[in-house]
Amino acid sequence: MAQAPPVTSPPKPVLEIRPPKGWIGLDLNELWDFRELLFFFSWRDIKVRYKQSLLGVAWAVLGPLAHTVVFVVIFGAIAKMPTDGLPKWLFYMPGLIIWEYFAGSLTNASNSLVRQAHILKKTYFPRLLIPLSGCLTPVVDLLIACVLLVGLMFVFGFTPAPSAFLIPLLLIMAMASALGMGLVFAALNVRYRDIHYALPLVTQLWKYCSVVVPFSEIPAEWGPWRFAFALNPMVGVVEGFRWCVSHPYMSMEQADAPMQTEAAFQAISEAVAPLELIAIGLPVTLLIFVFGLYYFKRMEKYFADIV
Amino acid sequence: MGEVAIHVEALGKCYRLGERADLTTTFREMLMGLPRKWAKTARRGIGRGAGRSGGDGEFWALRDINLQVAPGEVLGIIGQNGAGKTTLLKILSRITHPSEGRAEIHGRVGSLLEVGTGFHPELTGRENVYMNGAILGMRKREIDTKFDEIVAFAGVEQFLDTPIKRFSSGMTVRLAFAVAAHLEPEIMIVDEVLAVGDASFQRKCIGKMGEVAHSGRTILFVSHNLASVQMLCDRCVLLRRGRIEMEGETGEVLAHYLHTEYKSSEVAFDEKTERDGAGKARYRKIRLLNEQGRQVNAIAMGEGLTVELTFEVNDPPLRYPVFGVTINSPLGQPLLSMLTHQTHGQMPDSERGGAVRLHIERLDLLAGNYNLDIVVLEHSQIQDRIRRTINFDVTPRAVYPTGKLPKSHEAVMFAPLKWTSDYQ
Repeated sequence: MAQAPPVTSPPKPVLEIRPPKGWIGLDLNELWDFRELLFFFSWRDIKVRYKQSLLGVAWAVLGPLAHTVVFVVIFGAIAKMPTDGLPKWLFYMPGLIIWEYFAGSLTNASNSLVRQAHILKKTYFPRLLIPLSGCLTPVVDLLIACVLLVGLMFVFGFTPAPSAFLIPLLLIMAMASALGMGLVFAALNVRYRDIHYALPLVTQLWKYCSVVVPFSEIPAEWGPWRFAFALNPMVGVVEGFRWCVSHPYMSMEQADAPMQTEAAFQAISEAVAPLELIAIGLPVTLLIFVFGLYYFKRMEKYFADIV
Repeated sequence: MGEVAIHVEALGKCYRLGERADLTTTFREMLMGLPRKWAKTARRGIGRGAGRSGGDGEFWALRDINLQVAPGEVLGIIGQNGAGKTTLLKILSRITHPSEGRAEIHGRVGSLLEVGTGFHPELTGRENVYMNGAILGMRKREIDTKFDEIVAFAGVEQFLDTPIKRFSSGMTVRLAFAVAAHLEPEIMIVDEVLAVGDASFQRKCIGKMGEVAHSGRTILFVSHNLASVQMLCDRCVLLRRGRIEMEGETGEVLAHYLHTEYKSSEVAFDEKTERDGAGKARYRKIRLLNEQGRQVNAIAMGEGLTVELTFEVNDPPLRYPVFGVTINSPLGQPLLSMLTHQTHGQMPDSERGGAVRLHIERLDLLAGNYNLDIVVLEHSQIQDRIRRTINFDVTPRAVYPTGKLPKSHEAVMFAPLKWTSDYQ
């Protein structure tokens, strides 16, 4: 008998396929097994993104730069909005950079399933990988934009504050809330293409609630509304990130712009506020993330049938 | 007996009608439909377990499927369009979930429902091999070790660092198949992937599949190409309308299938029809007419045949359309390919669709059962392609003075001819 040579193999894995009942649990082992595919998805998106464009990496710098210019001109110079005593550039840029990361992740994740519909219908892998990789790829843009930010900080005479060790936490917050929301939108998008149209509107409006007004300027008499404003996790992330990168290092004598630096010192001394904001934003982020995961896993079984 | 690779028990898959066509639902429609939907779910909740089918716009794509596949066995799955073949493979590959029953799979599964899944035109050949391999479930290390072999098999060594958008379609397909062919799971689920590339590459593919089949791996194989099913599979399952109609030794099942295959003179297509293509245009119907313009499902040898295709345009206008009809032998070998850009010239653009007719003045096929594939392209992109749309019979006629005809395994064609002799 022609048989395959007997191999002393470990017991074969047994896979059982059954009709799904309610919520399919989150299989962390399986996710770990597929980590390479997650890497490949992200790697592909990054490659394609920079390959297709003429200016390539430059876009990651031009985008935030242009946004910052617009904000500095419109909100700073024309509307004369307060900037927590920071130079306008250093007020808007960190906020915009981290915001763009959030908005990019949210948009990627929300459209991911529909964009990859073809792959969904032809192969199996944990569906979570697709929106997840959507939130990983914009990290590259973020890092490149941070180079620009560091340059700007140098120009204005700022160093990262001691609080900079919080940056990873803030990044995780931004990622978790983008992923959480993105999971819900992605699942809805499979069925209702409205999401595709609604999303730019949502991110635009949300942006103005997150990066324009310093939280300290919201009048105290607003009371509960003030708190409601802080429920937006991105307020905590944006303010926190700003706080992390705005430590003036030049002494008063040598600074070209003593006024600015002095004001900045004052801002730093009042900078306990972001901690509060982060503390409020953290549980909200967690809630968004868990709900997103729950909703996504609940809808997952229908994706291939209706996408 | 004893050892099993795949065990399927009372498996079924039910679609609620319209579920697949729900693509364009908007939020407003959902909100307005909610009350009705709740009422419906409530009713279904009560009725569940009664196991009744067909109610409430339900459609069972698959029902009561029981199967045992032994390790090392190569099982073919055949059946008409919409018989449930692909649904079965999709359930076993976990792409979609069953509605009832269960299946057990012992061993690492790799499924191959298409070649080149995840290929991106901007990525190079090398990058796409890694991407596609990862999607098919290969580890990076595994791809590293097989990389040279894959590239050699595809024969694209010089173009490894070229984006595949510059590849010819043949090269792309060869690379895609090469990756797939080097997948080495214990159980392989394969759908219709042999229909790729030119004839010589197809032979190479079938050779490779045969090699894989004889290497002791378990394979579940779906194909419209009955010739390759016959070559590769020991045992076959015939599906009809979602149920197993027959199961047994390949030769017997194929014979039964060819004998009983549903013949008709008109077939309408809907969202359940298995098709591929980008979808700017969709075929709705195919009709066969004889020389007198009557709808038929059989013509005599050497008679004329008109194929009428009705299509609609979903995303007008359809520019520079190319329509095509292929006549296949019962075993799936293409015999006659008629594409408008080769056999007619440019066709007018279409806004709304309508009918296009192919008039074949005389069809010199020997008696037998033949089937048609249809396709429509815009520029060179396939918009809709349906295989084995319709079967028709060619009935015998005394075209030769002897009144005899060649046997069907000897030939498929005849010609107006005469013999002369000039010898002593």
